[in-house]
Amino acid sequence: MTSTAAHRELIIQLESVDKRFGGAHALQDITLGIAAGTVHALVGENGAGKSTLGKIVSGVHRRDAGVVRVCGREVDYHSPRDALDDGVAIIAQELALVPHCSVMENVFLGEESRRGIVLNDRQLRHRYDALIERTGFELPADVRVGDLRIADRQKVEILRALARDARVIVMDEPTAALSRPEAELLLQDIRELRDAGTTIVYVSHFLEETFSIADTVTVLRDGRLVGTVDPAEVSIPDVITMMLGRSQIVEEPRRRDPRELGPVVLEVEGLARTGVFEDVSLRLHAGEIVALAGLVGAGRSEIARAIFGADPVDGGRVAIEGRRMHFRSPRDAIRNRLAMLPESRKDQGLVMGASVADNMTLGVLERFSHFGVARRRAEREAARAMAERVAIRGGGLNSPVSLLSGGNQQKALFGKWLLAEPQVLIVDEPTRGVDIGAKQTIYELLRELAAEGMAVLVVSSDIDEVIALADRAVVVRTGRIVAEFQGDGVDADRIMRAAFGGHRAPDTTENEGIQP
Amino acid sequence: MSSESSVTAAGEPAIVRTAPGRSSRARASVGKSMRDMGVLVIFLGLFVALSVSSDAFLTSTNLLNILDQWAPIGIIACASTIVIIGGSFDLAVGAIAAVAGVIAARVANAQGVEIGIIAALVSGAGLGLVNGLIVTAGRVNSFIGTLATSIAFRGVAVATTGGSLIVVSDTSFTALGQGNALGVKWTIWIFAAFVLSLAFLLTRTTTGRYVKAIGGNTEAARLSGIRVNQVRTLTFVLSGFAAAVAGVLVASRVGTGQAGAATGFELTAIAAVVIGGTSIAGGQGAIWRTVVGVSLLALIGNGFNLLNIAPTWQQTAQGVIIVIAVIVDAWLRRGRAG
Repeated sequence: MTSTAAHRELIIQLESVDKRFGGAHALQDITLGIAAGTVHALVGENGAGKSTLGKIVSGVHRRDAGVVRVCGREVDYHSPRDALDDGVAIIAQELALVPHCSVMENVFLGEESRRGIVLNDRQLRHRYDALIERTGFELPADVRVGDLRIADRQKVEILRALARDARVIVMDEPTAALSRPEAELLLQDIRELRDAGTTIVYVSHFLEETFSIADTVTVLRDGRLVGTVDPAEVSIPDVITMMLGRSQIVEEPRRRDPRELGPVVLEVEGLARTGVFEDVSLRLHAGEIVALAGLVGAGRSEIARAIFGADPVDGGRVAIEGRRMHFRSPRDAIRNRLAMLPESRKDQGLVMGASVADNMTLGVLERFSHFGVARRRAEREAARAMAERVAIRGGGLNSPVSLLSGGNQQKALFGKWLLAEPQVLIVDEPTRGVDIGAKQTIYELLRELAAEGMAVLVVSSDIDEVIALADRAVVVRTGRIVAEFQGDGVDADRIMRAAFGGHRAPDTTENEGIQP
Repeated sequence: MSSESSVTAAGEPAIVRTAPGRSSRARASVGKSMRDMGVLVIFLGLFVALSVSSDAFLTSTNLLNILDQWAPIGIIACASTIVIIGGSFDLAVGAIAAVAGVIAARVANAQGVEIGIIAALVSGAGLGLVNGLIVTAGRVNSFIGTLATSIAFRGVAVATTGGSLIVVSDTSFTALGQGNALGVKWTIWIFAAFVLSLAFLLTRTTTGRYVKAIGGNTEAARLSGIRVNQVRTLTFVLSGFAAAVAGVLVASRVGTGQAGAATGFELTAIAAVVIGGTSIAGGQGAIWRTVVGVSLLALIGNGFNLLNIAPTWQQTAQGVIIVIAVIVDAWLRRGRAG
């Protein structure tokens, strides 16, 4: 326990807490004390279990084993409502507000003052004013929540928690959707809350801001507690080392020498979308696999979608083989032999009710038709050949694609886009939610395609995946490219440090091997 | 399609090697066959019941009569099937049919019957285009958008007639609605032509596949390079054209154009589509299903008439059947997801 918190009373105590989701062990044997009146941060990689821990404390999830004590009393919350009645509130990543109602209505939602069934507006207003005075938050009572900035909406959430006399507030990535200045304001609010005696459990993967606000930092890795430290006594790189601590990748992939690669096929320069990403410049060579690495929410998928023409851009240019492109729609991109496997195969990739074959040929039907009439035999032949190439298992060409496993759905999606014979293939989280076997098949396929001369851009938040595939890794943080690593420089530790912002980036030593 | 049948005979295409998918596939095929068979079973049951209980039912005169009566709604329902599979609704078809009938009558009186009919069909397709653009370019929910235009179009029909009936002086105007070829009414031939050509469109053409993809997953379709707005607009044009054909047939049958014609056709058509088992969520369905749906509604009406049951109960029965159809639809959908 740290010096600042040592003499304080522990408001929350966890003992050997365990949580599983299906087969995944989300939390193992977590023992932890959280001191009253402090900001206690939970940090870790994507999937380390930090959000899960926050949700167990606040009653969103129930623990499978172990003990949770609040103020020394053992509790077993069945819902966030139970936790709230006990003074423990959670402010989730996706805010739970009613956008069409006013700030005041939202703050007191479910706890309105009333006489019989008639709302007592005057009393409600008194309560609101008292709350504002107590907390020092400046927020007009009658503005529609939908009209507020996101930072202010979070204030509404905080007020809502305080209106119910919350002693502990769990905040899950509260700054993820905020701009820099907005985040600063929120952090200031959090400091004031703490000084007024509220305990904050702060879940975040932004280390710099975590260090600026936390009194205590607990590091999680793969569902286990690695350690609890005082941010005044350790550095951010130390914490990153604790977070990673990974076993070395067994198989060291062969990264190709830049001289083996073909000419530049995709060139992106100064691409920008206001408030989402800016000044993104990239080059892909024929036969090269480039990874767009970074944290969830850093803007990688958005960049990929913009290159593909799925989202509008506010500036910059995209060129294929030196020809400048104006992709107003994915259709334009596909015609110029650019293809993209979207992030969510269910929402953006596949027509789940349609058959495997129909899904695979959807993008290239025109090739299999005479005057708009589909040539079914040719189409079917092509689908079958492609299904074999990408090794789809467990379903017939005619059965709905929804019956396939996640991995095989992903393979079908690959098959669909390979039928379009792209020169440049963008894959967004290509192995999310697929099993190990399918993952290996997909990796082999991507390497094979690159070897055949395709340029591949892999968007991935899985660092092992980046290491396994990339000839070159480009790291995105808060909408900007902050580092680039080539060849032997593609290294988990360095990529994660750049992604988390563990030091000022980019500096020149990182950019070794960048193309002129 | 010999290659296809050999695949089916072998059970499954060659890529299937593993067993785990089998049980879920079996479950899906049960679901699929229930979805396929459910409505057909009800239809055949009713057909047999009516054949037994009424001597007048199973006669070619009666059956052809039913078909003739229901042809206009059937034509609209077939086109509505395409719209619904594409993920939209077209509530303006009844009004478009009325406008078309009125225009056909008016222009027939002024310029001749042929030109009148052509003018009606062109304006039907044009009004469909208006609907399509409102829904796609205007980004208006199709339900609301076509509800609004249906009111406006009905107004156009009223304004065109000046509130009265337009009787067509040239009696050849009634040939389409009353005449026949080979002992079968022209209306039935035209209905049959619609069924076959729209079924072909849906199952054999790229456009049909795109319609299904858009209704099934709009974003996936867009990211696949499909011109979503263009295809969706086309479904409305088709729907408007079909409505105009139906409107002309209705006007031709009685030799007059009237603004109040085809009232409520849009809802009956949607009911027929849903009863047939086409998914109201879009993405899945077939023209033959709608033909069965229309036939079922027609049989209920005919049966009630032949058995001398009060028409009030006819409506109730139709309503109950629609509710059952939608519940079964949702039930099968859940079964597939699970």
